[in-house]
Amino acid sequence: MRVKLRDYHAARWDEPVVMTMGRPGRRGHLFPASSERVRQAAGAAADLLPAAMRRRNSPALPELSEPEVLRHYLHLAQETQGMMGISLFGTCTMKHNAPVNEAIAARPKIAELHPCQDEDTLQGVLEIIHSFDAILRELSGMDQFVFQAGGGADASYTHCCVTRAWLAARGELGKRDEIVTTIQTHPCNPATAAAAGFKVVTLMLEENGYPSLEALRAAVSERTAALMVVNPDDMGIYNPQIKDWVRIVHEAGGLCFYDHANFNGVMGKLRARELGFDACMYMLHKTFGAPKGGGGPAVGAYGCSAELAPFLPVPVVVRDGARYRLDHNRPQSCGKIREFFGNVPQIVKAYAWARSMGAEGITQASDLSVLANNYMDRKLSDIRGVTRSHPHIDKWRMEMTRFSLDRLKQDTGVSAVEVQNRMVDFGVDAYWLSHEPWLVPEPFTPEAGEMYSKEDLDYWIAVIARVCEEAYADPAFVKAAPHSQPIHQIKSAPLEDPKRWAMTWRAHVKKRAAAMQG
Amino acid sequence: MTAASTPHPYMANSVDALKREMLDAIGAESVADLFEQIPADHRLRRPLNLPPSLSSESELRRHLIAMLRKNQTCEANLSFLGAGCWQHHVPAVCDELVRRTEWLTSVFGSPMSDHGRNQAWFEFCSQIGELVNMDMVGLPVYSWGCAVGHAIRMASRITGRHEVLIVRPTDPERLAVIRSYCEPSEMPGHIEAKLVGFDRRAGGIDLADLSGKLSSATAAVYFEVPSYLGMIEVQAAEIARLARANGAETIVGVDPISLGVLAAPADYGADIVVGTTQPLGVHMNCGGGVGGFIATRDEEVYAREYPSLMISITDTVKEGEFGFGLSLFHQTSYGMRDKGKDWTGNSVYLWTIANAAYMALLGPQGFADLGALIVERAHYAAALLARIPGVRIAFPSGFFKEFVVTFDGTGKSVADINRALLARGIFGGKDLSAELPELGHSALYCVTEIHAEEDIERFAGALREVVAS
Repeated sequence: MRVKLRDYHAARWDEPVVMTMGRPGRRGHLFPASSERVRQAAGAAADLLPAAMRRRNSPALPELSEPEVLRHYLHLAQETQGMMGISLFGTCTMKHNAPVNEAIAARPKIAELHPCQDEDTLQGVLEIIHSFDAILRELSGMDQFVFQAGGGADASYTHCCVTRAWLAARGELGKRDEIVTTIQTHPCNPATAAAAGFKVVTLMLEENGYPSLEALRAAVSERTAALMVVNPDDMGIYNPQIKDWVRIVHEAGGLCFYDHANFNGVMGKLRARELGFDACMYMLHKTFGAPKGGGGPAVGAYGCSAELAPFLPVPVVVRDGARYRLDHNRPQSCGKIREFFGNVPQIVKAYAWARSMGAEGITQASDLSVLANNYMDRKLSDIRGVTRSHPHIDKWRMEMTRFSLDRLKQDTGVSAVEVQNRMVDFGVDAYWLSHEPWLVPEPFTPEAGEMYSKEDLDYWIAVIARVCEEAYADPAFVKAAPHSQPIHQIKSAPLEDPKRWAMTWRAHVKKRAAAMQG
Repeated sequence: MTAASTPHPYMANSVDALKREMLDAIGAESVADLFEQIPADHRLRRPLNLPPSLSSESELRRHLIAMLRKNQTCEANLSFLGAGCWQHHVPAVCDELVRRTEWLTSVFGSPMSDHGRNQAWFEFCSQIGELVNMDMVGLPVYSWGCAVGHAIRMASRITGRHEVLIVRPTDPERLAVIRSYCEPSEMPGHIEAKLVGFDRRAGGIDLADLSGKLSSATAAVYFEVPSYLGMIEVQAAEIARLARANGAETIVGVDPISLGVLAAPADYGADIVVGTTQPLGVHMNCGGGVGGFIATRDEEVYAREYPSLMISITDTVKEGEFGFGLSLFHQTSYGMRDKGKDWTGNSVYLWTIANAAYMALLGPQGFADLGALIVERAHYAAALLARIPGVRIAFPSGFFKEFVVTFDGTGKSVADINRALLARGIFGGKDLSAELPELGHSALYCVTEIHAEEDIERFAGALREVVAS
């Protein structure tokens, strides 16, 4: 069946940078002036501020009316594709971000709360956090969750901090100084381990798509602090020896952390604690239906065993009878990794998602995400120019498959990035390639998830097929893409040139002037 | 497959016939077969035991609203809490914008298809740059404390030194985060955080203590304007001068909402500026509104140490057209894993939309007016409180929006007072008596533009009653 591709064109507003807009004197927002009563009792601001610290030069912000600001940012919103079309962005588990959850989280009963309020005035939010903790405990088998981490990477960092506190309590901090991970585990794991002061040992993949037990045995020692590992990985390979991995690391005296970034395919199928892990992490902005927001606010929910719970960052939400409170009195705590106790609106949205889905819905979501991936896997593998990782492994993949456009590149010169630039012309979001380093040449990694319809999946597959056809027929056309977007292809050379990069408008103006003067 | 069930509204393929159609298309018997990679002894052997599902939106909404009813808000009450999370007016434009589906749902995209979002990010950085008078601003990090932590680590890498001097008084919340980033002493990358004292009478830095502690080991000096207790450091330029003379970086933390009336940190010698983004158009969200930024001069020595994502303006292949792309990506953890600069990941990028719109709405005059209003109302509140018998303002002048109220003369603890205020619909200031015992029975009060004069007067009246009772 031939899928009809849409005749799509993105909004193109040719919108100027806000710093160049407006006219002197225009106002977008007014505040009241202090009354005479206040001035008389307190004095005027000019006299209340130390002279040495008063601002002399006004900041060169734009001067705009309110509708100009609103329209400007609405134009920019329209020049953002986001998930308006189909986004199968791998590892990010694109989900429906239910408007009801947005509406609830925006209410003053969440938005207008201060984290230092008396606990009696926060009972609703504490109850939601505690109830969601209970849901995650059931999904993972862990004994306690905290939500302080501002994203998945921050949850990995939390694990490193918890590991430090655990080691300190055993007199082993500074002695056990290595963290073992795999090359297919998300870069944030080795990165946060290094930032927390550990040496990182990275195991490479072998024949079966994961490192061997021998390699792991050779890597662990009395210096091993922890294993940080993802499973399944984003190529769709599940490591069936993971229980042995946990045993080997435990025997060496280290902790085991399960980065559940790819939880969607195994929700309700297995539990981290029962595989032996001491701790795990879920991303509420991915697996649990809270929105991405272009990169947060996010939550990395970190859960651990009772043995590790004393080392968690403070505070922890606990229940005393019918009352909930924030427990700060945890003398062995690793301290804090971010202020306060988490991105509360996102926790509320994730709780709402889990309640809407229920046990059956969550289990079905994992079924559908794995079914959808294997459906895509079959169809994409039929497209000329597309191959997949580990072709010799003849098993159904989990919720993702790593594909390669190396053949297309060899045949046509068109790369995976160039295909990405073209596919957006059909109203679908750019696919995800792969983390660094690329183990598969010219990689791309869709993740179908459970939200999208079969029609959507067929459309997405048809877009890839069409772009590959175009690459064989007219590679120059694909290389010049996109053709239907707010702007044309950007030049990347200036981005890495200190004379030309500009992270602010003022830097851009200075460098442009310098370049003109030659 | 189980018996026909009601499809869930969030899952288009949760129709049994569709599942069958897809299974047939790939030649699989059942969904269960697709999980062949997971060994039997890895599996959960029973159904999940979760609360009953609320898949009907009306039921779900009712449940959530019932739980939220147990919260009491700063909107329905009168709150004077600050300390790292502040109640400011959020313009309706900001609320309207951050709920837009395009931004809410965007994940990464491409520089062309998510051009608008990238431009908004760049405009956030550009406007922060104007407020702090710096040319380089990174995309935001999780929080102010996280920004300080990264900035200290940047300074340590730049100088090759492993000590940071942090000027008290410091928010214990923020300091705890900083200590995590500085690593325990057993770790090879440990940065020792030494605290510098403050003048108990004026609330500013103890310069002699700073001079005594500065050494060839000092990577950076960190101080805040306004300080945790709200004070505007008058010796800021001297601190920066001393730091520079010692080869140390000067890191300044700011509340950007003050920068319409307070000097830009670069103007008194800051090398790295960090701060919060929450006051700029983001609701408190029970602490879930916080975010942080890092800014420096546009010099390679700094640029090459940023851990965060950076968005740069660039040209497109069409003459005269501009676009935006990620710069310095390779040095991040995405590019170099454990060899990268600290780490990055999802942060608080959606809030940059609110922040950018907020700064554009206010413009230079808006920031000036707002700063003046806040300073005047905060001092008005302090003046009214100082008239209450037994109540004293610890540092009566030179503060921005927060100030310390001491209740030693009342014979009551802060907890007693706050309890009595709560009964009158008022959230009293943050209790400092445990964390800063040298200030006695004191609390940190925050007054902003949301506190109308009559709110302040009502509060002063209530406090007078409470103290007298």
